[in-house]
Amino acid sequence: MIWYFRQLAAGLACLLALPAFAQQAEAPIQALLVEYGDIIAKSSRKTIGPAIDALANSGLPQAQTVLERWQAKEMWRNKETGLFVFAEEVDRDTLRIFDFNDEGEIGIAPDDDFKQLKPNSGIRGMIGAALVQFQLIDPDPELRATALDAIERDPEESHLTALRATAQGEGNPVLAARKERLERLLTIRFGETDDERIAAIRSFEGDLGVDARATLNPLVATSVVVSATPLGGAEIKRIIEPGSEALPRSDAYALLVDAEMAPPLVSREDKRVALVANIEDGQVAGIEVAALGTEAARDMAYAALAATGKVEPVAEETEIEKTLQTFLFYERYTGASPAVALAAADVLSGIETKVAWNQMADLGLDALSLASIYFLAAIGLAITFGVMGVINMAHGEFIMMGAYTGYVVQLFVTDYTLSILIALPLAFAVTFSAGVAMERLVIRWLYHRPLETLLATFGISIALQQIAKNIFGTQARPLTAPGWLDGSLVFNDIVSISYIRIAIFVLALLFLALFLFVMNRTRLGLEVRAVTQNPRMAASMGINPDKINMLTFGFGSGIAGIAGVAIGLYAKVTSEMGADYIVQAFMTVVVGGVGNIWGTLLGASLVGTLQKGIEWLNPSNTLAAQTYMILFIILFIQFRPRGIIALKGRAAEA
Amino acid sequence: MSELSAGAFRRKPLVVQYPSLLIFLGLLALFTLGVTVLSEGFGIGVISTSFVKTLGKTLCLCLVALAMDLVWGYCGILSLGHMAFFGIGGYAIGMWLMYARTELIVIESLAGQALPPTAQEISDGIATQIFGVVGASEFPPIWAFAHSLPLQLAAVVLVPALLALVFGWLAFRSRVTGVYLSILTQAMTLALSLYLFQNDSGLRGNNGLSGLQNLPGLGDVPQSVVSVWFLWASALALGLGYLACVAIVSGKFGSVIRAIRDDEARVRFLGYPVEAYKLFIFTFTAILAGIAGALYYPQAGIVNPAEIAPIASIYLAVWVAIGGRGRLYGAVIGAAFVSLLSTWFTGGQAPDVNLGFATIQWVDWWTVLLGLSFVAVTLFAPKGIGGLFDLIAAKRSPDRHGADLGPDPGALREKEANE
Repeated sequence: MIWYFRQLAAGLACLLALPAFAQQAEAPIQALLVEYGDIIAKSSRKTIGPAIDALANSGLPQAQTVLERWQAKEMWRNKETGLFVFAEEVDRDTLRIFDFNDEGEIGIAPDDDFKQLKPNSGIRGMIGAALVQFQLIDPDPELRATALDAIERDPEESHLTALRATAQGEGNPVLAARKERLERLLTIRFGETDDERIAAIRSFEGDLGVDARATLNPLVATSVVVSATPLGGAEIKRIIEPGSEALPRSDAYALLVDAEMAPPLVSREDKRVALVANIEDGQVAGIEVAALGTEAARDMAYAALAATGKVEPVAEETEIEKTLQTFLFYERYTGASPAVALAAADVLSGIETKVAWNQMADLGLDALSLASIYFLAAIGLAITFGVMGVINMAHGEFIMMGAYTGYVVQLFVTDYTLSILIALPLAFAVTFSAGVAMERLVIRWLYHRPLETLLATFGISIALQQIAKNIFGTQARPLTAPGWLDGSLVFNDIVSISYIRIAIFVLALLFLALFLFVMNRTRLGLEVRAVTQNPRMAASMGINPDKINMLTFGFGSGIAGIAGVAIGLYAKVTSEMGADYIVQAFMTVVVGGVGNIWGTLLGASLVGTLQKGIEWLNPSNTLAAQTYMILFIILFIQFRPRGIIALKGRAAEA
Repeated sequence: MSELSAGAFRRKPLVVQYPSLLIFLGLLALFTLGVTVLSEGFGIGVISTSFVKTLGKTLCLCLVALAMDLVWGYCGILSLGHMAFFGIGGYAIGMWLMYARTELIVIESLAGQALPPTAQEISDGIATQIFGVVGASEFPPIWAFAHSLPLQLAAVVLVPALLALVFGWLAFRSRVTGVYLSILTQAMTLALSLYLFQNDSGLRGNNGLSGLQNLPGLGDVPQSVVSVWFLWASALALGLGYLACVAIVSGKFGSVIRAIRDDEARVRFLGYPVEAYKLFIFTFTAILAGIAGALYYPQAGIVNPAEIAPIASIYLAVWVAIGGRGRLYGAVIGAAFVSLLSTWFTGGQAPDVNLGFATIQWVDWWTVLLGLSFVAVTLFAPKGIGGLFDLIAAKRSPDRHGADLGPDPGALREKEANE
């Protein structure tokens, strides 16, 4: 019984729903949809444009819903009446349909009567662009930001109107600034009057944003035109001479050929093909084929062919020159009207000057961070080599050991901040012990025989490198920086520095302070200096030179280990990473002046700045930069063999 | 005083002064003859062609070790750049080999065309073939003489000589000595190899020059014969190089350079132009290294910038130190011994050592052993393998209990007189 009533009610609802379709048709949004109904149903990217535009510009409150539902493939069309609804699928065969006009539910209907509209991705993109203007006033700020992103990516003229309409009401200050900037950028591109555009261009004076330059650059685009008579007019930028850098002679002539003002050039290859086509009985125009092994002979044969009219005559060099001289070549603004182009060129030149200065600043930061890396790599050497005079060629391998210690710690401790905090002292401990062991076993037998020390430490370096390779393999191992070191400190679109580089810089400063403190303010430093200057005298004062040498060497090696962790964060950890830095590190110490930490600092700054400077001159090639840097250092040592800061007096003799 | 005694020695023939010369040349001749007889190309075929090549290459390495010994063991300049000169020699000859062979190929491929090729077409074809791998199709200026064998042979000698002359002049003039000089030469080597690693260096970047084992115009001659030819050439070069080195180190000149090694300042105060002596030795050994490289790389077949990297020069120092520096045969023994041993170990022929908990595979651990034994040699046996000969010699020669030959402390020492 109850079941019967339910069926009856459903049937009644269906009956009642039917007149609703008739009502829908009167709504303006439905009228609009029906007007473009066939285009929408055809769903072709080529023809859909007017329909989307009409919907977007209709000013109807329902337009946004229509576009959104359409984009989401939720719009359906009644096959009989041609009216549009949006619908949810109840199950495979039934739909719950809604009216676009008031978003009210119409009822449930079988889907056989309706056809789903499935716009392809190209059309969905176009709908998305049209939707932007609705999203700009959406209450959700995130959605508004997304809309701005979409405009930045692919600006259209219609966006300008939308932006202008919504810029005033924007409550969020960040978004308001973005809208305002975007509005000016769009005005430059789509503004109606020149004055309006020029005003917008002027507003970007000195702006470093990439978007500003990207918008301005197309405006100053030029193309070369050729004319037999002098041209005037504001759109002419300048006259250019063929053969100048802006217009090579071949290009100039090609322009003439394109304009059909001169006969085409015949390339060497074309000439060859023409000759081959005209071979008759082993001869071309009476010249034996075998003799055509030189360009001169081929030219002659071709000229002979041309004389008989079998091939096009060639433009001779003198003719080309003459033709070029009879025509004038102009550069003409093609990107915008002359006034706008001139304003843009003016603003751009101002921006470029400022960009150059900022690039210098960025380069300075780069050089600083490179210098701090070299300083880190060299500071351990400044102790073992600079203070003790021991050449330790395995220093690079100590750096590598430090980096691998960091890697191994990260295998066990997964929290990156904690693992770095553990790795730093552990790396010091590991390389300190390695240094002490090396000093005890090898180096102390070789004091005062520097060449032998160099060789023995080479042997150790080779062995350590291979051992690392055997244990960890040849592939690079990651040493991951903690999350708070990700990203960079951004000053503007040009000047930025990553936090990791700042951290390395700070670490370098800390080491400098540590070195100065240990050497000048502690008992150990005093004894080290005493032993280095005069071991016998120091020994008679009750200092144990053996112990001091051991500790000093261990200290220098330990610092190399910590530097290894820092360098590992910045670069990859490989068994050869030490070898990559060793020569530069020695150079840093030698250039700076052996035995003086300030010299090492200066040396690192010089080497770092120099390398970045050379890279800037030839940006594609870091290898070349390193080559020239080393050559420069070799020359530098010619003039200051003892480095920038040379020790004088007794200290120098020690 | 030293001048006087040196003058006295010069009257004697070279062979008497340096008895090991005849022994060495004799052994070298015997070795060459033996290998020829056993080779596939000319003899009974006991030794494979690739091993003949290995032996030929080893002779070249002996020659460059000889140069290293002269500059380091006798003159005290620990140069870490001689493998760079070696590599330059290889590049110089490699350019001609590659050009000439590619030229033959290009001419052959153009022969089928309707018109005879012009010089420009051939040149373009060669350039595309050679520089295709680095994305270029034009000859860089550095290849200007690559078409000519005599000019490239001259480059084998002149380019290392010029580089050594300029670098040596700059370094010695500003009195850079000892470890500083070593580091400086290492930097030079590094700069050169980094430069060559670039693709636009004009020498095919890290691809290097390849296919050098194919001699242009001799495509029909089998490699088994070519390998023996190169063995002969290498042996001849080593013999002549040894002779030249003996001539240099014996006599007054030799005394001066040894004196420079022992106390440079004192020699300078005696009025000798120390810089000129050092420059001569440095340049001469660079030339020797260049020649050795020019003979080595056609046997190796490929030369690339990795061969020039500083580590190669360090290995060279290792060979000389293990063989025994300050004696010429020591360098030869060291280079032959260590490089052949190296080939044996890294070639996978050496049996693995099972330690129970781990297996030592020599391919991986040989370098470690080499590095550590090098440390051991430096610490405990500074005379190297050559020192063993002293033990024999000590038994034969009259024992003066190490007393000086002359009356005063500056006189020639017994040990020195026997060299």
